[in-house]
Amino acid sequence: MSLNRRNFLASTAALAGASMLPRVAMAADTIKLGSILDTSGIFDAYGKPMDMAMRLAVAEINAAGGLLGKQVEVVAYDTQSDMALYSQYGQQLARQNKVDVVHGGILSASREAIRQTMRKTKTPYFYNVLYEGGVCDRNIFINGVTPAQQVEALVPYAMAKSGKKVYILAADYNYGQITARWIQKFVADNGGETVGVDFFPLDVSDFGSTIAKIQSVGPDLVIAPLVGGAHLSFFRQWAAAGMKDRIALASTTLGVGNEHKVLTPEEGNGIMVAYNYSQELDTPANKAFKDRWAAAYGDSNLIHETAVSTYQGVLTWAEALRQAGSMDRDALIAALESGLSVEGPAGRITVDPKTHHAVLDVHIMEFENQGMKVIETLPQRQPIDTQAVCDLSANPNDNTQYEIEI
Amino acid sequence: MDLTVIILVEMLYAVASLILISAGLAVVFGMMKVINLAHGEFMMMGGYATITAVNLGVNIFLAMLVIAPIIVGLIGLVVERLVIRHLYGRLVDTMLATWGLSLFFIGLATMIFGNTTTGISTPIPGFAIGNYQINGYNFFIIVVAVLLLVGMLTILKSTRAGLIARGAMQRSDMAAALGYSPDRIYMATFFCGSALSGLAGAVLAPLVGLVPTSGGAYIAKAFITVIAGGPSLIAGLFSSAGFFGIVNQVFTFAISPVIGEVALLLAAVVLLRLLPQGITTKFFKGKL
Repeated sequence: MSLNRRNFLASTAALAGASMLPRVAMAADTIKLGSILDTSGIFDAYGKPMDMAMRLAVAEINAAGGLLGKQVEVVAYDTQSDMALYSQYGQQLARQNKVDVVHGGILSASREAIRQTMRKTKTPYFYNVLYEGGVCDRNIFINGVTPAQQVEALVPYAMAKSGKKVYILAADYNYGQITARWIQKFVADNGGETVGVDFFPLDVSDFGSTIAKIQSVGPDLVIAPLVGGAHLSFFRQWAAAGMKDRIALASTTLGVGNEHKVLTPEEGNGIMVAYNYSQELDTPANKAFKDRWAAAYGDSNLIHETAVSTYQGVLTWAEALRQAGSMDRDALIAALESGLSVEGPAGRITVDPKTHHAVLDVHIMEFENQGMKVIETLPQRQPIDTQAVCDLSANPNDNTQYEIEI
Repeated sequence: MDLTVIILVEMLYAVASLILISAGLAVVFGMMKVINLAHGEFMMMGGYATITAVNLGVNIFLAMLVIAPIIVGLIGLVVERLVIRHLYGRLVDTMLATWGLSLFFIGLATMIFGNTTTGISTPIPGFAIGNYQINGYNFFIIVVAVLLLVGMLTILKSTRAGLIARGAMQRSDMAAALGYSPDRIYMATFFCGSALSGLAGAVLAPLVGLVPTSGGAYIAKAFITVIAGGPSLIAGLFSSAGFFGIVNQVFTFAISPVIGEVALLLAAVVLLRLLPQGITTKFFKGKL
């Protein structure tokens, strides 16, 4: 057979058409949910339970008949706690797998690595982690607590229990710096005084001199937004110095990765925290969630704050899709911006139309025998920090992470 | 007044922990000229050995002072037989090999213990000095460091084994001519160095949250202390740990812990500019 240009074009076009057929067919009968999480490497303590939560939510949606009459298919990538892999797999999810939605990202750096890709490719993106606040982008939905939601609840409670003089120990990067500023603001608002602020790089693990310094200042309360394994040493050394019964201690991070199960009861008991979720939350929704988790994975020990956020993120997306009634991104965003709410294991979560952050319950808790005992529930807190800088209904083309001035 | 006592204790503690962190490396690097980049991982394994033993119901002091050093020493022995002994005298090659080892041990610990923070609480309660509370465990670390230095000095100076070891390090060919096997002596020395690293990791374990990558936090300080110490093993260790510990704590109390770390590094740079071969080339010359 002689190969002229017309023959060649015709046959290649046919081939290309044939190879595209199964894809088109597949895209027609499943909805693709892209997931991008660190399920190995140093952040896997966060990422693994988040992955389990995402898969549990999808399995439940599929068991109930799927969405818009289609099954949900998970396309998951493990970024191995390597920020470089986020941009690579983010591109792959959006451009190659052409997923309909992306859930994931853990550190703020990982979120920023993929956020612009999702925006450009018009792939709706759900970031399900508590973080420092301020992201303003119409394409992203965030359902973790922000510093203001947490600190606004924690500071008055902790000060009422201890006293007016507060000392802050924070991790030295944007989360710690921003959170420390919010703590100072709310301490002042509640008639207190910040008597000292110290920042620590993430690898500092010796807090002996700091503990002596705190005593020489003599505060009533220490608030510690410290992050990671090395910083856990502070809580150990604080207890070892016998300080636990002398000065009250609160944290905005301890327990997110189930750290309260690492500290012994003598070291942990009485530390005050505030989050959206606790395994000890005594509600029928949480009990049922823990039972379903245990049925799927053996036991429910691994559930933590960001895992529940991920679960609630998938629920929110699914509910929006049902209301939108189509796979169109703008219809989905419109449904989410209609003030949509879902009931999750940690209570009601409402999408704030102005900021795409979440209005949610914040629970004030105290560590008790390696659990987090719920003391008080503050229902439906607004993300006031991000609301102060971000208004997507007035300015839908905004695409910034604001550093919030206080 | 009370604060002065507290600051003094914290300084002694800083010096003692530098001595502990560096002792194993001082033996392996100072005596054998092997750059062991897996030193931090030996400490990490000492920590895990302690925590595992304590969780199995062993007395914590037994676990820290006996079990952990022996286990890490044995691991060191295997490493020496399989890897290090082929590389004596090849400084750069040992660096590469031990760096690989450090990655291997981090991976191994991650597989066995998982990538989560573990730990045990300190066995000694805090107590009050005047109006201040202080960590009672600090004193334990100071005591261990003093005993360690005295023990090393005694062994190297007044026992036959110490004499043979020192001889073999200076002139291995002469030691061999006198009927001692340098190969055996190196093996034993590496065992001791690893055991000391294991001991350090074990004793510091109750103060920190341990993860498989914890070793990285110690390695830089250990090398700085040993290199700034210079040729004399014990005098060098003591003088450079003393100098850096005090500099670190003065700036920590005066300004902040971050500045304390910066001051330590700056002091090391200045010191090595003035005394490139280490403190003991100028002071305590010829001492052990």
